[in-house]
Amino acid sequence: MRMAFSIKLEKRLRSSRWMAILVSVASVMLAFLLGAVLLTVFDADPWDTYRAMLQGAFGTSEQWQEGQFYSVTETLVKAIPLILTGLAVSVAFRMLFWNIGAEGQLVMGGVAAAGVALWFPTLFPFVPLSPWVYLPLMIVGSVLAGAAWALMPALLKSFLRVNEIITTLMLNYVAILWYQHLFNVIWKDPEGYGFPGSAEIGEFAQVPRFSGRLHWGLGVAVAAAVLLWVVLDRMRWGYEIRLIGENATAARYAGVSLGRNIVMVMLLSGGLAGIAGMVEVAGISHRLQQGLNVGYGFTGIIVAWLARLNPWGVMLVATLLAAMLVGGDQIQITMGLPASVALVLQGAILFCVLGGDMFTRYRLRLVRKSPQVRGTTPMV
Amino acid sequence: MDIGLFASILSIAIAAGTSLVFATVGEIVTERAGILNLGVEGMMIMGAVAGFAAAYHTESVAAGVLTAMAVGGMLALVHAFLTITLLADQVVSGLALTLLGSGLASFLGQRLGPGGMPLVGQIGPRFGRVAIPFLSELPLLGPSVFNRDILSYVMYFFVPVAWYFVYRTRPGLHLRAIGESPQTADAMGVNVFALRYLYTVVGGMLVGLGGAHLSLSYTPGWTENITGGRGWIVIALVIFATWNPVRAVLGALLFGSVNAIQFRLQASGTTIPAALLNMLPYILTIVVLVVITWAEAFRKRVGAPASLGLAYMREERT
Repeated sequence: MRMAFSIKLEKRLRSSRWMAILVSVASVMLAFLLGAVLLTVFDADPWDTYRAMLQGAFGTSEQWQEGQFYSVTETLVKAIPLILTGLAVSVAFRMLFWNIGAEGQLVMGGVAAAGVALWFPTLFPFVPLSPWVYLPLMIVGSVLAGAAWALMPALLKSFLRVNEIITTLMLNYVAILWYQHLFNVIWKDPEGYGFPGSAEIGEFAQVPRFSGRLHWGLGVAVAAAVLLWVVLDRMRWGYEIRLIGENATAARYAGVSLGRNIVMVMLLSGGLAGIAGMVEVAGISHRLQQGLNVGYGFTGIIVAWLARLNPWGVMLVATLLAAMLVGGDQIQITMGLPASVALVLQGAILFCVLGGDMFTRYRLRLVRKSPQVRGTTPMV
Repeated sequence: MDIGLFASILSIAIAAGTSLVFATVGEIVTERAGILNLGVEGMMIMGAVAGFAAAYHTESVAAGVLTAMAVGGMLALVHAFLTITLLADQVVSGLALTLLGSGLASFLGQRLGPGGMPLVGQIGPRFGRVAIPFLSELPLLGPSVFNRDILSYVMYFFVPVAWYFVYRTRPGLHLRAIGESPQTADAMGVNVFALRYLYTVVGGMLVGLGGAHLSLSYTPGWTENITGGRGWIVIALVIFATWNPVRAVLGALLFGSVNAIQFRLQASGTTIPAALLNMLPYILTIVVLVVITWAEAFRKRVGAPASLGLAYMREERT
């Protein structure tokens, strides 16, 4: 008699935490393996490439001995906006509101921050030109702008059930075009020798730096993560949001307002993404110019999902993905390879994690098929 | 409106709309099977780069089109494997496909040119216009409808065929059944898993074809970010078309004519800034989506396949 086996999926009652960690590590390794295949096909040595990326992101041992931490600070510089957009996306994803618009919300936050820094001193001359006044003002401005940009998709979703994936995404393009129009035309610096970009913002509106280009936006990002953890995992509202994400019908029966929570979550999400734009303008570029829309909003989606929507995880994953971006820039400079290798790797990691997630939710069992006699009815 | 203007707008609308039609019908087929694939943007841009690269190296647009379709199909196969076999979240898997596709297309665009150089700025073979004798000389519609590249003619035939397949054939009935109620279809003996795989891949191939039209006819050539969000407009067009291939044409023409109006206004030296004109398609997408959703709610009828986006697992109760 032939023995037949089949694989049967059994749903786990609670997802396995160890499996989640194992899957994440295995996914990253598998993605790098796939990346190695791609690099080999294009005549690049994967080992050299990955080592160059690693050194680009964290520095060489010689640099460490000489006390040069330029690479590490650059990685942290990129981690700041990624933490904020990762948080923004994860808040919304927790209630299964698919906010794909963090990129546009970030851009609008940056625009608002630059706007406050550029025009407040002339409009409101009585406001003291001090970072202690201006930086909070710019944060408030960027939160309002980011939240406003997220508000319309939220209202459309809660009142008319309009698909939020498309509305948030389309508003990205609108925001980016508007921002480009601002620095190319309307806010263009007349003394900028024809270069597109606004005038530089005053020192009172710049986030102070403490090592290389690393600025105190890092403190803002970490504080936001901790605050968000308290709100989402330790307060009633966070529980309500999770409940909506798990089972919207049950949440409604429990008296949780769906529409109101969509709007509030999106205001929070857009506001966080807006801060990411503010720290980029006030901490790095110091003016409105090209380079604000480099994809932090989209990478934030990967950050959020890899971190399993957990704020502590967001900080860790954002740093790792930032390291990959810096490493990607490095191999472009030193090896002439496209920096988009980093994007390919990030996409591949997300894919592998998604596929591997099945092992955290289901248990695979090998079941022996019992020999069946055809045509008989079961005994009752 | 004078006739010359109308003809010129229609001409641009068809040129810009052809890639949208192929991709939209592809996504309609996929979504009809119950699989939401948000990776259209990624598959389309990969189709564009792969199609152009293949056409460039083989000097044959046909090879380009076939490569683009194969690449679109393969990417869709990844999505199918993740969402059908591994039961991954369809929204996130589609987003992952878009992110991966955009990154990979950018990488390939920098390496697939002659001798590992970038493809940007290279001039390759492209679809030429083929005027259909007699028909192309018809007044009003002739020149803009019957003096086009071959892919547009393929589209004229393809759309009614797709409509007939979905609504008037037995396999089409099965396609709709596995998207509406996979349990019922399964009980009827329809192989839900195999068909969902099939239609996801077929949808991906059509999206890849749409991408190839961009780089081989519309633009033509390869530029970074060649799709510019068209893949997402396609997702909105599917809703606009209420999952009906014929209505997809109307939507695609609508968006194509916005492009046309944009060109006309820019050419006429308007004082409206280009940035604001370029916002038009994106704002129009939102407006159209709102109107359609509102109208659907008003009629208390939703056109979406009932099991769209839901994983199907035999053992699980629903």
